[in-house]
Amino acid sequence: MNKIHVTTKINGDPVEYLCDPEDTLLDVLRDQLGMTGSKEGCGTGDCGACSVTVNGRLVCSCLMLGAEASDCEVATIEGMADGENLHPLQKKFIEHAALQCGICTPGILVAARSLLERNPDPTEEEARYWLAGNLCRCTGYDKIIRAVMDAAAEMREAS
Amino acid sequence: MQYLSPDSIEDAVRILSDQANGCHVLAGGTDLLVRLRSGLTEPDVLMDIKRIRELSRITREPNGLRVGAAVSCAEMGEHADLSAAWPGVVEAAGLIGSTQIQGRATIAGNLCNASPAADSVPALVAANGVARVVSAHGVRDVPVEDIPASPGKTSLAAGEFLSSIFLPDQPGRTGDAYLRFIPRTEMDIAVVGCGVALSLDAQGVCTSARIALGAVAPTVVCVPEAAEALVGTPVDDTALARVEEICSAAARPITDKRGTAEFRTHVAGVLARRTAKIAAARAGEKA
Repeated sequence: MNKIHVTTKINGDPVEYLCDPEDTLLDVLRDQLGMTGSKEGCGTGDCGACSVTVNGRLVCSCLMLGAEASDCEVATIEGMADGENLHPLQKKFIEHAALQCGICTPGILVAARSLLERNPDPTEEEARYWLAGNLCRCTGYDKIIRAVMDAAAEMREAS
Repeated sequence: MQYLSPDSIEDAVRILSDQANGCHVLAGGTDLLVRLRSGLTEPDVLMDIKRIRELSRITREPNGLRVGAAVSCAEMGEHADLSAAWPGVVEAAGLIGSTQIQGRATIAGNLCNASPAADSVPALVAANGVARVVSAHGVRDVPVEDIPASPGKTSLAAGEFLSSIFLPDQPGRTGDAYLRFIPRTEMDIAVVGCGVALSLDAQGVCTSARIALGAVAPTVVCVPEAAEALVGTPVDDTALARVEEICSAAARPITDKRGTAEFRTHVAGVLARRTAKIAAARAGEKA
């Protein structure tokens, strides 16, 4: 089978890979590039654990082919912290204990960052609707929402 | 399987006519990738249309707005002209799945997936949407309601694909709306959906209307009798009660895990009344 040669950018770095036509972007990230932060929960776009942004738009990487990512700007959880310095959302998730098993956390962080980039001052309702496609079976969501709202407030003050 | 991403409609048409039976068109992929991965569909060629620039745009034409087949639902919601002209279509598109799904999903794909419960379809039918179908034989424009043929099947012939959906301009005081019933607040599939678009004259009397129901029959149901019950009225309670009655009578639902036929029949009428009321209020707000 002919592999497809893809050139793209992930977390600001130029990346090249070869993929099969049916490989999802999530397959490529995890199995070829070793970026295992994005998780496969359902594989059908329901759970959001594989959330990444592509050209600034939040998507499920399990519902996108690796081939479709050609010449894009992909951002994953691996690009969220600045070296040892955690992103304010990451710090607030720890502070508020907004995670338990952790499987959903990378996807929720990526989704929450995407929300705050578009809307630095969301209402709680807006945050809940935006994150409705990120399922968490541990926390009951309240701590997640509190962490997101707190991070948003801190980021507004800092800017 | 081969993945192809042509950058022009001409190339796309050529690929489709060469591979008519084994080619599947990929727009947002939010339905198709699930089917591919579960082995429900095994095309020889997957043709991604998102690299075709003119299909990735919302364009103002002399008589209306054209939404390219590769435009995501999220982009629709961010488009000021479209949101102002067709809030009902935009809210229907905005109900499809999560934020992540809306970043990829398209209304052309929602239409061609041919689910009876597709959210955007009743809204598009109410808006008098016209689907543009292209093939090696040229271009044909088809009313949106004629695209779904049965659950999962469209009326498109081999070698054809849907390139855009056109929403024709309406008289000044026109409003549209879409409501669906789901047992939760978000992320669910319509038990019943209803789209209404109507126009009012300067006195607030309804001059034209279109009402469509989703998830109450194998394909979207246009209900012209209900629309006629609104025309010539100020969209008052008497007229809305007629709309409710006619829409419940027009529903031919099945019983499944999402709802019984009896419940759906009832809800079809209730939703039609409520949706018409919102559409009328929106029309009334326009100068």
